[in-house]
Amino acid sequence: MLTILFDGIAYGMLLFVLAVGLAVTLGLMNFINLAHGAFAMAGGYLTVFAMQRFGVPFLACLPLAFIVVGAAGALLERTLYRPMYAKPHLDQVLFSIGLAFMAVAAVDFIVGSQQQNIQLPEWLRGRTEVGDGALLLGMGHYRLFIIAVCAVLTVVLQLILSRTRFGSRLRAAVDDPRVAAGMGINVNVVFLATFAVGSGLAGLGGALGAEILGMDPTFPLKYMIYFLIVVSVGGTSSITGPLLAALLLGIADVGGKYFIPKMGAFTVYLLMILILMWRPQGLFTRKGGK
Amino acid sequence: MWIVAFALPALVPSHALLVNEIVIVALFAMSLDLILGYTGIVSLGHAAFFGFGAYAAALFAKLVMPDPTVGLVVATVLTGALGAVASITILRGTDLTRLMVTLGTALLLLELANKLDWLTGGADGLQGVVMAPVLGQFEFDLFGKTAAWYSLAVTLILFFLMRRLVHSPFGATLKAIRDNRLRAMAIGIPVASRLVTIYTVAAAVAGAAGALLAQTTGFASLDVLAFDRSADVMLLLVIGGVGWLYGGIAGAIVFKLLQTWLSSVTPQYWMFWIGLLLVLLVLVGRDRLFKPRTWLRKT
Repeated sequence: MLTILFDGIAYGMLLFVLAVGLAVTLGLMNFINLAHGAFAMAGGYLTVFAMQRFGVPFLACLPLAFIVVGAAGALLERTLYRPMYAKPHLDQVLFSIGLAFMAVAAVDFIVGSQQQNIQLPEWLRGRTEVGDGALLLGMGHYRLFIIAVCAVLTVVLQLILSRTRFGSRLRAAVDDPRVAAGMGINVNVVFLATFAVGSGLAGLGGALGAEILGMDPTFPLKYMIYFLIVVSVGGTSSITGPLLAALLLGIADVGGKYFIPKMGAFTVYLLMILILMWRPQGLFTRKGGK
Repeated sequence: MWIVAFALPALVPSHALLVNEIVIVALFAMSLDLILGYTGIVSLGHAAFFGFGAYAAALFAKLVMPDPTVGLVVATVLTGALGAVASITILRGTDLTRLMVTLGTALLLLELANKLDWLTGGADGLQGVVMAPVLGQFEFDLFGKTAAWYSLAVTLILFFLMRRLVHSPFGATLKAIRDNRLRAMAIGIPVASRLVTIYTVAAAVAGAAGALLAQTTGFASLDVLAFDRSADVMLLLVIGGVGWLYGGIAGAIVFKLLQTWLSSVTPQYWMFWIGLLLVLLVLVGRDRLFKPRTWLRKT
């Protein structure tokens, strides 16, 4: 029982790291980026290759994935994404689906369609069990590691957003880009940095999740729906909304698969539709804003 | 143009199946155009209705009676009913919310079709659908000539009905809702009921397209509900032009020919080129992309 809860939380945390970048681009720049999963896939594949071919240790791969994918995100933002901000949503959807398709086919071409796995270091492979009977809590070390990393990330992100000068600039740019620009904030640079960090986080999430979610070329399309659920259910105006939504989704998914395997992902989709019909703006939204 | 279309299966019998496929996709695209182009609802899950129609037609033929016309009507009506139910999900919220609930609906149905394997055959698809001759006269042959004519006839009828619909005062109110929902409400257009109606009609037409596919191929698989199909139909509609019924037809022809050609050149990677086309289409703009003369000029 507790084990399922634990696995659900780990899964939810992972989803959160993967989706938070999307929450940022969606909520802040009002840009529907369906290609977000492609960044996550890039991070995952980077980790796989760095470990298999060059023997880079796993821990070193994580920051590597973050930095490289973040840099790639910055490059793409400057060249491709920026003209898209002002376009209607339909154009954005088509554009980013196109990017995702290209990423899928390109990876298929370069790497092949088989699933890639990574070798975890020894100290992450074990499993600790606490308690017994119905309260048995089995914690895979790797999942514990994921939860720890994600918790730290969440706190850091929240602090950056709410305490630093960059955070307040970002929030200003979100609430009203024109006035923010008038106050001397370089909105373009703020958005560029945010987009880079967002895609970097996706890369990091992909690297972390390569072992649990599995890496194959259809990754961006397969998990796109999960990211979108997290973002649309959680609302896009804060960090806590997507976090709670991701945890909810993770627990519901793992629990649903365990208790009623016949239903599969059915519960998750049904839940999402119902929630969105009830609160179209997402569960956790603040009043006001734009 | 319609005469040419009807002559095609006789002129190039070897490609009758392709003609059939193009016609079905064109009908599907036109149904999406009703809600996307005319009413402005961004839907990523229109394949839900296509697939539902396909399964309904296939199951009806298998379990009740094999007559295609009756099956077509039944599938269309059932899908319309599903669309009416589903339409309550798109009344509220922003573009993103609608995107999600339409996508969610399609995935829900996909999951259902996958799990109810005693009824739908699950991942193996629904096999063994045998259709009776059309109107008791024309047998479905192996080369798809009858199939192509059958689909063409149905599409032609539905096309004229849809054209009548969008050029009626009703169609004008839809465009008003698309352009400015608040103002449309202010001049007394019942927005919610209009949305429900058009969503139901669009779903029914998509269901008819799905039914045609299931009947002419004698097969329904999970593929008809897949996300790719929703994305593809949106893409081809955009290639052809939204808010214009012929746009769906033009897009279907271009897209299907392109797909057939690309997948024979690079079997596995045609997705890449489709993606590239999409990106270019949006970045450059549709009007400029198809008019090479304007490439050199500055906008």
